[in-house]
Amino acid sequence: MKLTVWTYEGPPHVGAMRVATAMKGLHYVLHAPQGDTYADLLFTMIERRDHRPPVSYTTFQARDLGSDTATLFKASCQDAYDRFKPEAIIVGASCTAELIQDDPGGLSSSMNLPVPVIPLELPSYQRKENFGASETFYEVCRALAKPCDRTPEVTCNILGPTALGFRHRDDVVELSSILESLGISVNVVAPLDATPEDIGNIPAAHFNVMLYPETCETACRWLEREFKQPFTKVVPIGVGATRDFIAEVKQIAGLPDTPVDESRLRLPWYSRSVDSTYLTGKRVFIFGDGTHAMAAARIAKDEMGFEVVGLGCYNREYARPVRALAKELGIEALISDDYLEVESTIEALQPEMILGTQMERHIGKRLGIPCAVISAPVHVQDFPARFSPQVGWEGANVIFDTWVHPLVMGLEEHLLHMFREDFEFHDDAGASHHGSHVPAAQHKREEAPTELLVKDGVTWLADAEKELRKIPFFVRGKARRNTEKFAADQGLDAISIETLYEAKAHYAR
Amino acid sequence: MNAFAPVAPPATGCGSAPVLKQRGQREVFCGLTSIVWLHRKIQDAFFLVVGSRTCAHLLQSAAGVMIFAEPRFGTAILEEKDLAGLADANEELDREVERLLARRPDIRQLFLVGSCPSEVIKLDLSRAAERLTQRFAPHTRVLNFTGSGIETTFTQGEDECLAAMVPVLPETDAEQLLMVGALPDVVEDQLTGMIEAMGVPVVRALPSRSADVEVGIGPNTKFIVAQPFLGATTGMLSGRGAQHIAAPFPFGEEGTTAWLRAVADAFNVSDEKFNEVTAAPRARARKAIAAHAERLAAKSVFFFPDSQLEIPLARFLTRECGMTAIEVGAPYIHRDLVGPDLDLLAEGPTISEGQDVDLQLDRCRAARPDLTVCGLGLANPLEAEGLATKWAIELVFTPVHGYEQAGDLAALFAKPLKRREGLAL
Repeated sequence: MKLTVWTYEGPPHVGAMRVATAMKGLHYVLHAPQGDTYADLLFTMIERRDHRPPVSYTTFQARDLGSDTATLFKASCQDAYDRFKPEAIIVGASCTAELIQDDPGGLSSSMNLPVPVIPLELPSYQRKENFGASETFYEVCRALAKPCDRTPEVTCNILGPTALGFRHRDDVVELSSILESLGISVNVVAPLDATPEDIGNIPAAHFNVMLYPETCETACRWLEREFKQPFTKVVPIGVGATRDFIAEVKQIAGLPDTPVDESRLRLPWYSRSVDSTYLTGKRVFIFGDGTHAMAAARIAKDEMGFEVVGLGCYNREYARPVRALAKELGIEALISDDYLEVESTIEALQPEMILGTQMERHIGKRLGIPCAVISAPVHVQDFPARFSPQVGWEGANVIFDTWVHPLVMGLEEHLLHMFREDFEFHDDAGASHHGSHVPAAQHKREEAPTELLVKDGVTWLADAEKELRKIPFFVRGKARRNTEKFAADQGLDAISIETLYEAKAHYAR
Repeated sequence: MNAFAPVAPPATGCGSAPVLKQRGQREVFCGLTSIVWLHRKIQDAFFLVVGSRTCAHLLQSAAGVMIFAEPRFGTAILEEKDLAGLADANEELDREVERLLARRPDIRQLFLVGSCPSEVIKLDLSRAAERLTQRFAPHTRVLNFTGSGIETTFTQGEDECLAAMVPVLPETDAEQLLMVGALPDVVEDQLTGMIEAMGVPVVRALPSRSADVEVGIGPNTKFIVAQPFLGATTGMLSGRGAQHIAAPFPFGEEGTTAWLRAVADAFNVSDEKFNEVTAAPRARARKAIAAHAERLAAKSVFFFPDSQLEIPLARFLTRECGMTAIEVGAPYIHRDLVGPDLDLLAEGPTISEGQDVDLQLDRCRAARPDLTVCGLGLANPLEAEGLATKWAIELVFTPVHGYEQAGDLAALFAKPLKRREGLAL
């Protein structure tokens, strides 16, 4: 038993729903009590889908438990077939139905429905949403992909995008255009918008693009074994990764190494332009799913000039590569799905910026640290009306804008340093281009602190603490942390103004 | 309208109308969802769901906008090893509760909330609650109720929660009125204020905002229910000797007046006094409703089952806003509670209980109502089919009871129609 306040991932059957809802002509019969229908709203509200997810829930009740939930399952299965006439059906159990052990797979196969019925075994008490999506997509491929001739020209499949994915819709568009610029057309995109028939044609492509390992690595590996289809390992998020991805594609497809059109890419110049100098060495904490967190770490370090002070992911399946990357960066990876643990890590590290999920956005709000969102779990804000991919050239441009937006900008930063006490242009007001601008009067601080600040046995003397408060908010956390560490290292038990500036000189970069 | 006029029922109401009962897929929340408002209402309580990752995910998603201040609810997620041995599950539960209470000393009431999985594996939370109460008394009282989807639908979670509180209420002989149901503080204060102004001796609310407010119960307690889904709680209160005051629910000017009138009659308040207290807010409510009723008049409405508020709301929309009800679906119909509303609702609409969502959608599409009141899973798909919808969940998350909110209530239904008129797309 584990106490959970907020979760990064839903249960595995929600992952299966992400696959079913992404596809067309596939129906999911889910053995589940009535409350589990809440999952529909994830798709209809968060993603604003205009159709109900293609899911029939058996919605058994307590009184059914004594009688015959198996018959109820079969009736639901038949009703779903009769009403929706799907090309294929997936069947499975949610957490509660798993306990009553009705065996949806066995029951449905005994019904001789005239379409393929694919049973799912998703252990609800061990695994989570990403596993559910990955396993479902793999099972769907295994049941429906059939041997077929390769297309005459070089084609590939884009695998991994699902419903309720972080920018999946736009990533597919951007990636398709990059592949097209290389002269490679897309055979099948799956599961997003694919029919069961399309899944059957997956083996016709020359190779697979593994767009999101979280949802398709298992399927990619199986397709490689079964149909000798190689797959790409680089996820093209960021400038360097996109270039590496293109090189990998050229190599797999046997294309000549001719220059590629990068005219749409703006990140490199934006990052080199003098206005971006202020980004140098910003201390960032990165957290998300393994794939997006690792991509963000590379962009942060190599393409934005940040210092990565923390890196982690919530999905244990990708713990190993995340740990390896963290080690390369000289830091320790945080592998956890415990929201409170992530929060306390951020609090201890005092980064100047968080690149995280919606959860970290709220942590940032509470701690006064700016945050940009880089990964699922998704929120209605992660489905913007405008085109905003993460992959490819346009993805890099979008990421530059998204990450810079929460920060206080270059000259503004200097002005805040120079005129700290200005009544409306002051540090408590936050960045001036944000709505949360607060007039000074509402935030007036007491003139002298009434009690001394004590941290780990080190006491801030009143005048030093007053001086600390004059430091603008976006570097105050760092200054405090550095000074306390400096004092502790020097064996001091009190911090004076002198100590504050000694520490500043000591940590000068 | 004469301020003294009693509510005139229609010639034939829906009290004896046949009820359509279908059995199929139900598209509704489970009772755990009630925690989303209960944990804000009872400020020193913590709700610990003993369940699965699905339960945690539901609470997070149903909260809509996630409330990220450390909430006063959480889920003890059952893992493989808890399913293997129940003795261990009890130990694990005790350990998690101990940890929680150590971190949150402000918690005075802890609710262990049962879920589908905890009920299927027959984890006895009432014994756990007894055991933990002995351990943490007197500072923290531990109670239990079920919010499972195999037993409860949406607002029934609140019913189960309040029913669980009744046995531990202290005995009192005082003559008093108990107002039952979790209402927004502002609404609760308005209603108790008016009742007190009529001279009713003591007015208490269940649930109270904190454990420090002593709420007793006894043979001289009369109670009135403010929410139509509190059937189990009503039974428990009657079992403690308190007397139920039946009334239509306080939605709209007419409903609020009838509800207050029932209280006034039970405490022998004079017509003069009643009118003195209610005349001004009644006039305000009528005026506020009229501002929106124009847009709603002669429009048709179709209710999918959601919160059990459907019957009283249909009564409000048809009688005070001039709408026509096509179907009024409720997850359950507690006749003891909604009987007075059913009697006021003129015959005509299909009254349905329970659900087969696909068949109900067929009926809705065939009827093409001007406004469909439904859950979040159905709203956007129906909008995409060209039907105007109102999310039912907003009706339980917004202050809608009483005179001062009557206009807001009408506005909630008018807004989707106004928006469609206003958009040129």
